[in-house]
Amino acid sequence: MSMLSVDRLRKEFGGVQAVVEVSFAIEAGRIHSIIGPNGAGKTTLFNLVNGLYAPSGGRVSFLGCDVTGLRPYELAARGMARTFQNLQVFFNMSALENVMVGCHLKSDTRLLPSMLGWPSIARGDRATRARAVELLHEVGLDAWVDADAAAMPYGALKRLEIARALAAEPKLLLLDEPAAGLNPTETREIDRLIQRVAAAGVTVLLVEHDMRLVMDVSDRIIVLNFGRKLAEGTAQEVRRNPEVIAAYLGTAAAQGAGSRHA
Amino acid sequence: MRLRGLMQARTGGLLALALVIAVLPLALPNNFYYQVAVLVGLNAIVCVGLNLLIGYAGQISLGHAGFFGLGAYASAVLTAKFGWPAPLALVAGATGVALLAFVLARPILRLKGHYLAMATLGMGIIISIVINQEIPLTGGPDGMPVPGFALFGLRLTGDRTWYWIVGGLLLLSVWLSLNLIESPVGRAFRALHGSEVAAETVGIDTARFKVLAFVVSAVFAAVAGSAFAHFAGFVTPVEAQFLRSIEFVTMVVFGGMASVFGAVVGAAVLTALPQILTAFHDYEMIALGVVLIGTMILMPRGMLPSLAALTRRWMR
Amino acid sequence: MSSQFVQFLIAGINAGAIYALIALGFAIIYNASHVINFAQGEFVMLGGMMTVFLLALGMPLPIAVLLAIAATAVAGMVLEKLAIEPARGASVVTLIIITIGASILLRGLVQVAMGRNFHRVPPFTGDDPIPVLGAALLPQNLWVCGVTVLAVLALRWFFTRTMWGKAILATSHNRLAAELVGINVRLVMLVSFGLSGALGALAGVLIAPITLTHANVGIMLGLKGFCAAILGGLGNFPGAVAGGLVLGLAEAMAAGYLSSQYKDAVAFVLILAVLFFLPGGLMGRGSTERV
Repeated sequence: MSMLSVDRLRKEFGGVQAVVEVSFAIEAGRIHSIIGPNGAGKTTLFNLVNGLYAPSGGRVSFLGCDVTGLRPYELAARGMARTFQNLQVFFNMSALENVMVGCHLKSDTRLLPSMLGWPSIARGDRATRARAVELLHEVGLDAWVDADAAAMPYGALKRLEIARALAAEPKLLLLDEPAAGLNPTETREIDRLIQRVAAAGVTVLLVEHDMRLVMDVSDRIIVLNFGRKLAEGTAQEVRRNPEVIAAYLGTAAAQGAGSRHA
Repeated sequence: MRLRGLMQARTGGLLALALVIAVLPLALPNNFYYQVAVLVGLNAIVCVGLNLLIGYAGQISLGHAGFFGLGAYASAVLTAKFGWPAPLALVAGATGVALLAFVLARPILRLKGHYLAMATLGMGIIISIVINQEIPLTGGPDGMPVPGFALFGLRLTGDRTWYWIVGGLLLLSVWLSLNLIESPVGRAFRALHGSEVAAETVGIDTARFKVLAFVVSAVFAAVAGSAFAHFAGFVTPVEAQFLRSIEFVTMVVFGGMASVFGAVVGAAVLTALPQILTAFHDYEMIALGVVLIGTMILMPRGMLPSLAALTRRWMR
Repeated sequence: MSSQFVQFLIAGINAGAIYALIALGFAIIYNASHVINFAQGEFVMLGGMMTVFLLALGMPLPIAVLLAIAATAVAGMVLEKLAIEPARGASVVTLIIITIGASILLRGLVQVAMGRNFHRVPPFTGDDPIPVLGAALLPQNLWVCGVTVLAVLALRWFFTRTMWGKAILATSHNRLAAELVGINVRLVMLVSFGLSGALGALAGVLIAPITLTHANVGIMLGLKGFCAAILGGLGNFPGAVAGGLVLGLAEAMAAGYLSSQYKDAVAFVLILAVLFFLPGGLMGRGSTERV
């Protein structure tokens, strides 16, 4: 059984076809990547899988259940977490609190005990706090634990989003361009982080522009172009696919595998 | 460490507030000032609740006077016309308002920005119109008298008695709301404000938590309304009016959004100020308008956070 | 058609025209600055009260009316310059409170200058009712409708044919791009507030002979104008006019056939129903949030 399967998924915005009949399946424990030129529909596909958009047609199955049309929070409860290409950080909180919000699903959110300050709430909060500190350490943000998110640099915020997503203990993690806007050193760190996450048993689905990162970490690659699936396979297979080269890698490969887009 | 700092700010703030409430009577020369202090306290209770919704969860409401008014009239009508004991009427009023807020919250809080402002405003105005028009029950625009509050045969009368009751109620509301803010529920509220999309993806049922914030803030307003009715001994539809809603929001924003004590300060300043300004008779409104505009331009984050930032800069 | 129905129709169109003018004022300012101007109702009040004031000074009616409209336009610009522009970049709630502060200030000023009494402005051309299908039409009703139609046509011309109008539209679509092509965005804001002030005052002057005017007349009128603006989809000009008319007619019919006590509630019940079922307003489009 595949962890996530997408069957002839469609999305149109007022006549514009953003995603057209895309199907693919993702096996547990692997790193999958979705690549494609700008405007290929990668983020839209993520938003469909994750429930932010309702699809115009097609089905999404997660862990063997049809989850088409479920809201993102319902999918989160089933074990799907994600990060965003354009940061969606809680800028009104500290780094630590951002990650603590990530632990929401395991927190006690009964109203009356919370208002009355029951000791169990405070105990749970201490555990959540410790776990959040641990996660910040895992993504290498020890120095920023108490910082206001609004005061953190871009690269740190990217990792903060990953820590927050991991806090929900997902089975499937969707990463939307985690390396966008980062320098080569930071990209290598993200690369290692993704591999550590996958080694810990989390299935990763990656949207990324950075070719070297994609080729390095991905077990399988799905190529989108103009909202359609163009090809799917291992890095080698995709690299050799003439259609892919024509549509996308043609330019990027010519400039060398390390070329990046912001 | 930040954590300990926060805990201290919380208990320290509560202690400071308790101290102010305990010592203030020394500075209150006569009953009139006690009355002003009681009004400050009641407005502060509404604002502490409303701040959960506006300041923390980031959802505006221009209709909370409706809930205040419903609380006040529930107590007035149930005790005066149906002979209910006052505590029971208070609980019934708060429960009724909670139910109404719960039913209205889902469709209303689906809206964002100016549409949300319009919907809450409409809700508040409809409530105030109903209170105005149901004359056999409410006395209409002329208002109606309210019997005193009796608890276990003990009648609570006099401005000084009410001062201590409302002071206690205010401390209780501040404590409850501080607890809530520092809990996972409070963090979920703030997450809504920070990014609704991100909140959904970490598993927060955003609709549920918006409803929760709305209902809790409505109940705070209703309880304050009930207490007001018994304290004043008379209620008029003015208490449920649109301008009253605006006053509440203004107090919250003026004092400082997402700051419990800011809400208290905002309520204190803006309740006391017009009382002081009545000395200027007709110029009261002009002065109030100027103060509002000026504060919002000079301290857009509200008084308490802006002043706190200022002192922090001096300390360095 | 019963004469009663015609009478309600007249009342509805009359009120609708006024709401439309106020809603247009909301829409113009919203488009230029994304501010909901809660002082819009005070412009209506200023129009009527200023006319009363100038008439008392012995001016002839047409001069008093024109001066009142011009003075309110200036008041709008002063409001923008002193209260809105210094708060650029503030949050929506902060801006709402600033405009509320301005409305309290304006009401306070008028109360100090002219007291809290009701005032009457004489009708523009007599008050002998004209019988229409058994109903009574006041000459002032004709003024209200005629002038509103002219104002709407003039606005249409202004926004589609003149450089200024196009500059305002451009700014509302994309402020940064407008700035880049050399539009003086600050001036656009100033003109928008002036225009809104003039429209509000026009509404106030037109309605004053029918309903009397006083310092607090702007509160309800402003809120209903806001309803009309939202009903038509915020910032949508034809929508604002349609919203105003729908609101005026619904109110008149409900007052006539259902309950005159709850007349003032009609606008708000209607707006809640629309918002619950069509969250973008009658003419708004649904939008998908970009992530």
